[in-house]
Amino acid sequence: MTTDMLGKSVKRVEDRRLITGGGRYVDDIKLQSMAYCAILRSPYAHANIRSIDTSAAKAMPGVLDVMVGTDIPYNPLPLAWPAGGSAGLQNNVNTPRALATDSVKWTGEGVAAVIAETPEQAFDALEAIVVDYEPLPTVVDAEKATQPGAPQLHENAPNNIVFDWTVGDKAGTDAAVDAAEVVVRQRIVNQRLIPNPMETRGDIGLYNPGTDEYTIWMSSQTPHIQRILLAIFVMGIPEHKLRCISPDVGGAFGTKIFCYADYVVVLHASKRLGGRAVKWIESRRENYQSTIHGRDHITYLEIAGSKQGEISAVRVKTYANLGGRLSTIGPGIPTTLYARVLSGCYKIPNVFAEVIGVYTNTVFVDAYRGAGRPEATYVIERAMDLFANEIGMDPAELRRRNFIAPDKFPYENPSGLGTASGGAKIYIDSGNYEPAMDKALAMAGYAGMDKAKAEARRRGKYLGVGLSTYIEVCGVAPSKWIGAVGEGWGAAMWESANIKVHLTGKVVVTMGTQPQGQGHETTYAQVIGHELGIPMEDIVVQHSDTQGTPMGYGSYGSRTSSVGSTAAIRAAAKIREKARRYAAHMLEASVEDIEVDGAEYRVKGSPDKKKTFQEIAFALDLAFDAPEGMEPYLDETAYYDTPNCTWPFGTHVAIVEVDEATGHVDLVKYVAVDDVGNKINPMIVDGQLHGGIAQGVGQALWEGAVYGDDGQLLSGSMLDYAMPRAAWFPHLELDETVTPSPVNPIGVKGVGEAGAIASTAAVANAVNDALKPFGIRHLDMPLTSQAVWKAMQSSKGAQA
Amino acid sequence: MAAHLSVTVNGTVREADVEPRRLLVQLIREDFDLTGTHVGCDTSQCGACTVHVDGKAVKSCTMLAVQADGSDVTTIEGMASAEGLHPLQTAFWEHHGLQCGFCTPGMIMTAAALLASNPDPTDDEIRHAIAGNFCRCTGYQNIVIAIRAAAAAMRAGSTAGAAS
Ligand code: FES
Ligand code: FES
Repeated sequence: MTTDMLGKSVKRVEDRRLITGGGRYVDDIKLQSMAYCAILRSPYAHANIRSIDTSAAKAMPGVLDVMVGTDIPYNPLPLAWPAGGSAGLQNNVNTPRALATDSVKWTGEGVAAVIAETPEQAFDALEAIVVDYEPLPTVVDAEKATQPGAPQLHENAPNNIVFDWTVGDKAGTDAAVDAAEVVVRQRIVNQRLIPNPMETRGDIGLYNPGTDEYTIWMSSQTPHIQRILLAIFVMGIPEHKLRCISPDVGGAFGTKIFCYADYVVVLHASKRLGGRAVKWIESRRENYQSTIHGRDHITYLEIAGSKQGEISAVRVKTYANLGGRLSTIGPGIPTTLYARVLSGCYKIPNVFAEVIGVYTNTVFVDAYRGAGRPEATYVIERAMDLFANEIGMDPAELRRRNFIAPDKFPYENPSGLGTASGGAKIYIDSGNYEPAMDKALAMAGYAGMDKAKAEARRRGKYLGVGLSTYIEVCGVAPSKWIGAVGEGWGAAMWESANIKVHLTGKVVVTMGTQPQGQGHETTYAQVIGHELGIPMEDIVVQHSDTQGTPMGYGSYGSRTSSVGSTAAIRAAAKIREKARRYAAHMLEASVEDIEVDGAEYRVKGSPDKKKTFQEIAFALDLAFDAPEGMEPYLDETAYYDTPNCTWPFGTHVAIVEVDEATGHVDLVKYVAVDDVGNKINPMIVDGQLHGGIAQGVGQALWEGAVYGDDGQLLSGSMLDYAMPRAAWFPHLELDETVTPSPVNPIGVKGVGEAGAIASTAAVANAVNDALKPFGIRHLDMPLTSQAVWKAMQSSKGAQA
Repeated sequence: MAAHLSVTVNGTVREADVEPRRLLVQLIREDFDLTGTHVGCDTSQCGACTVHVDGKAVKSCTMLAVQADGSDVTTIEGMASAEGLHPLQTAFWEHHGLQCGFCTPGMIMTAAALLASNPDPTDDEIRHAIAGNFCRCTGYQNIVIAIRAAAAAMRAGSTAGAAS
């Protein structure tokens, strides 16, 4: 009997290669006679390009080609998700071209590309390119960019406004705010982040003149989508003439979902060189200027309710910085993925949000781990603490009073999830928020906090405790919802799986999803092993290549375990069904009489009459004796569109100590109780939570992309950007509650983003709690020693 | 002008002619095709490129190839032996000390240098020892657990070895 591995902490299949140096990331691939590309990037954040002189560069040793924007005859990159909604579909789309042609909008926008025999020669030649720029005034702050007199980036976007988008019942919310006993207002900044996967991006373009086909190796979360975008929308080549391959990907966190200019550069360069492969590898400093950033919201929050802690309304106005030009789904993040989940896990009857998307002279902003939901969670979780402080109620108690009750699911929230366009209903599938919170509070020792605070004071420390009772939207998404133009990205989001059972019963699974470290080769094998009753070792899971994997939408939005696994389960069911029919033929029984137990197909009532899965595969693959009308081979594909998203939730509790003398914040304890439904592999789930929590803590305490007013990225390298280090974290304490999702057959919800969504608010709430004795109500992130010390000093000054 | 150099890499003598500006990490990756050593930054921050040079953990992007002339270099590819995986490799696998795997080779090399000088480190010592190695996936937690487990396994192994 094969041991069923579903739900077990199985060691990962992919690790052997990764721990021995056998991983294969884009930069590890060397093709014959490969040339190297380097991209010249604008030193100005805003300028017109008067002319570019490449003649000296072309004469440099080893230089094969130098391209400028006008050498590349394709469309600008596509915008897949324009903002729709009440104001109508935005009509002021400005996206990057492969290389800028007449102006640059941020420092780092590509203006020319050198292709040379070696990377060194390519870099040397960049210095010989002369660009005549006409520098223009710059604006980097989203709110300032909308003010009268601000520098204007694009003619079609007056006041730099990309969209002014609203959701919710304005009149009802206004009335509820007006009528409320207590209204708390706060300006909240969710600072810009640089995502920093440890592998930067990179690509290799290869054109085959003999077949007129293109191949690109890319560090991407979405090879299939890139094929569609590049072939159809940018280059205008037949879809089947482009193959996208994404080998091992060294982390992504959203950044590798999108369609990037360099893809077009390397493909076109290879064509111009008559088919020599062209490799471009992003340096880390380039990564900070050519790959998307995350977050960057300025929000005016109002939360209203009664003195007894009944929240009646939330009203926000948010300025969302989208950068100098738009990234692939940039407008979707602060609209649908942010404002529609602003009410979190609370039964707040009135919610209204206005979101103003803004062009500025900065790198484009798009989905970074959590994508909109961390921003929403930060706003509502800070709001709950601010409100609790205002009315003198314990923040946990306020949350308890406002949780959606467990009998209210499926639940439609008032910020418009349930009534999204196209009539598609999205609702919160399930939840039971109090037990998770109670467990977390007990683990954190919440009841004894006053004592702990007093004890810390004796050591010169201010102790603070912070909660975050988050929910997240996972398993994106029903195609009819996410496909609605303006609401979503105008395309489907189903998933696919193909299962082939070879002669010896060994199984090859190909998936449309695309891992970046999540361990799909392991978890899908666990799921399919469970479905077919065969050992994991008999299954190999393949992905990442548009040639040889079924069309799929890739991995992001914590969708793979829910949507991808269901596709795999359905493909396995088809395999099982065909095997059953063939077993009936082999055993001379009727199909209805065949019962399946793991890998055994038996005739009901006569247990000796049976065939194994392997015997059936062997016979059916050879097909010497196939019955009339039955095709040989066990080879089945399933495409699966989910009926709803999945909704993990939980409570995270952070305890910090702030040093009075230095302002240093020490995260001393971190407790997370998460409900992600059932788990395919608990070890991998915990790993996702650890990493997500660390990223969220990084935002709360250390990280931030900083621009000077002139548009120079001051945090422009890993020296300047505060990447979290091992020594800065305590041991994270995890626990769980389990509320299986009703949306998919294995009851999983997804976990890729949960940690990052929850932890920022928990830590920020803790620091703000610690600073209460100073009369500080709210301090914006990152809560660095300097920021905290300054705030403490000025409050002391004010009190003196 | 190319400089000629000779380096022992994972026990094998390798020779190359390189530009003076070539970095050790490029020598390893480009000239010797050992791509397990990764490049994660351009400012010597991330530690993805960590190898051992004459027994010391070195960020191979901070050293010129010519400076390594005549030295003994170990990369991640040289960690497993005929008997099997290095205890750190086993522990990273066992304890899920990696996700995307990009930081992993550098992490393992740094950890190996730590355990060579401190066979029984505390969690705090481990966290400080790997402070120059960035990991964006794991939050470091399972890396710390894995290094602690490898230390225990290596101590047990060396006692067992001494006893036999
Ligand atoms: S590549 Fe050497 S430290 Fe980052
Ligand atoms: S495992 Fe991905 S960076 Fe460490």
